[in-house]
Amino acid sequence: MIEKALTGDSRYWTWMTILLVLMGVGGACYVQQFNYGLGYTGMSRDVSWGLYISQFTFLVGVAAGGVMLVLPYYLHNYKVFGRITILGEFMAVAAVSMCLMFILADLGQPMRALNVLLHPTPNSILFWDMIVLNVYLFLNLVGGWVMLNAEKKQVPPPKWVKALIYISIPWAISIHTVTAFLYCGLPGRHYWLTAILAPRFLASAFAAGPSLLVICALVLRRYTAFDAGKEAINKLVTIITYAAILNFFFVGLELFVAYYSQIPGHMHTIDYLFFGLQGHDDGIMYNNLVLPMRFSAFIGIAATIALLFPKVRESYTRIGWLCGAIFLSLWIDKGLGLVLGGFVPNPLEYITEYYPSAGEIGITLGVWATGFFILTILYKSAIAVKLAKEN
Amino acid sequence: MDNSRRKFLKIAGLTAIAGIAAPTAFNSLLKGEVHASSGEASTAGHGGGHEAAPVGKRYGFVIDAQKFAADPGLAPKCINACHSVHNVPDFGNKKDEIKWIWTETYAHAFPDESQYKRNEALHTLPIMTLCNHCDNPPCVRACPTKATFRNPDGIIMMDFHRCIGCRFCMAACPYGARSFNWRDPRPFVKQENPEYPTRMRGVVEKCTMCYERLAEGLMPACAEASKESGGIIFGDLNDPASEVSMVLKEKFTIQRKPALGTKPSIFYII
Repeated sequence: MIEKALTGDSRYWTWMTILLVLMGVGGACYVQQFNYGLGYTGMSRDVSWGLYISQFTFLVGVAAGGVMLVLPYYLHNYKVFGRITILGEFMAVAAVSMCLMFILADLGQPMRALNVLLHPTPNSILFWDMIVLNVYLFLNLVGGWVMLNAEKKQVPPPKWVKALIYISIPWAISIHTVTAFLYCGLPGRHYWLTAILAPRFLASAFAAGPSLLVICALVLRRYTAFDAGKEAINKLVTIITYAAILNFFFVGLELFVAYYSQIPGHMHTIDYLFFGLQGHDDGIMYNNLVLPMRFSAFIGIAATIALLFPKVRESYTRIGWLCGAIFLSLWIDKGLGLVLGGFVPNPLEYITEYYPSAGEIGITLGVWATGFFILTILYKSAIAVKLAKEN
Repeated sequence: MDNSRRKFLKIAGLTAIAGIAAPTAFNSLLKGEVHASSGEASTAGHGGGHEAAPVGKRYGFVIDAQKFAADPGLAPKCINACHSVHNVPDFGNKKDEIKWIWTETYAHAFPDESQYKRNEALHTLPIMTLCNHCDNPPCVRACPTKATFRNPDGIIMMDFHRCIGCRFCMAACPYGARSFNWRDPRPFVKQENPEYPTRMRGVVEKCTMCYERLAEGLMPACAEASKESGGIIFGDLNDPASEVSMVLKEKFTIQRKPALGTKPSIFYII
């Protein structure tokens, strides 16, 4: 099946070439970072995690989002998703691959990464995150591939693969819960120290992941003969809308608790993200995330409201743009604000603002490009099988 | 496979597993590792003030801020003593900064304490800040490789050679006590002390309470540097006859962020 990725029209090759160039740029930047150290990035003593870990956190959500297709299809026998469930599984594969690459890019001593296995430490959430992510990658890759192969050969899939797929459903919940636990179990980081973090992560994941799926499905519809079908897209949009509403509801709960309780530690980061925060000693107003965060809230809420109207949902173009807006909104909220904001103010209530370095952005783009490269190859194989069967 | 052969393999396998596991389990029982915490079993509620009966050693400091206010030269002396003996690099910029012990203002060291209508002197009072060597350390919980761990004597240790540089401990520490080697630190060590290892880039470091000096019967470098004035008093918190215990019995002291339940081993006289 994978050989199908070696054939394609000129548009396909242009796309793959762009991705390869970006991967090359990312690789070159990574060599520089590897030789210099993580000082190559914009991170510092006060903001000790940056773009890499925030992308990782967001992408765990995208990976978990695939379950919004797997669950209705396999548990509720919702046949409409039959043709695109594989897209959800393969998106999870690509997203988890990116997660693992971002973790590696963030390690100060990447050559020692296997120490996590050599000295297993069950009290560390990072140890569990390593386990759940790798198992989730395996479940989706094997589950998706075996099902696809059976479909290609037009034979019933082996029984054991169903077991893997059923396990992958609660496993999707687990990857994002454990990722939330990385943050919400830390004392003294008020913005993260909240029991709603895992539910909020899941809600945003179930909006962001399916949004990307809808965009992919629409792109495939436009440039290939593969059509996910109106009903499937519509159902996905309904899922996205509910999940996005839940996400904004959870954010609202955070705002209420912070501002009604008036506890300074609970308000600081939210102040910083949406209004700016004044330094204790220097009196300077620090606000480099205010504009993106307000933009994120605005487009996210506006797009969610728009999707509530059946008239709006009649056009694929509008659906595409609105899903794009929700994806971008949640990327800013979780892929920037959540991680970076959590470090402001620092535990001693100093404010250090973070700006990624050019090389850091290069590596980040490189990892994203690698993810889309994997995604394209997997989707190409899947679609070849689907189309061959239908013709 | 016939039945008796299968049975034999089963028994042989189980025996092998038991043979490997039993001595290890037995050894750890003998060493008492099953109950190997520092003797604090009860988790304190809000305030974290209720510690269990002391068992074994637990090293700690009492830092007298007034002594540091009285002698402005004292703080740099302590910092220099620590940083020179441990090869702590000086990059001269905030982005790469590495520090094991440093001075803070009262407002930053104790952000949860009220600043309202406090006396003027408090605002300029120098507070020596360093790793708190918590009895319930969040950094040790977070570390995925046991590169940071708690010694039986209460010292929170760092294994620079095992650290993978994930910086989870830095996010976990509520005192900002940890630094990361963002680049090769060796060119920035002013005068290398061959007695103590320099670090490579990509690992976390922090105060280790001079475990290497304690092993030789010496005081921690900062406590020794301020010995004459008594600015930093070092000793075993679990020994009622130690100097720290005597001071703690007499004076009113506070800890940083006690509400988090980390149980710091450093006390401040304000």
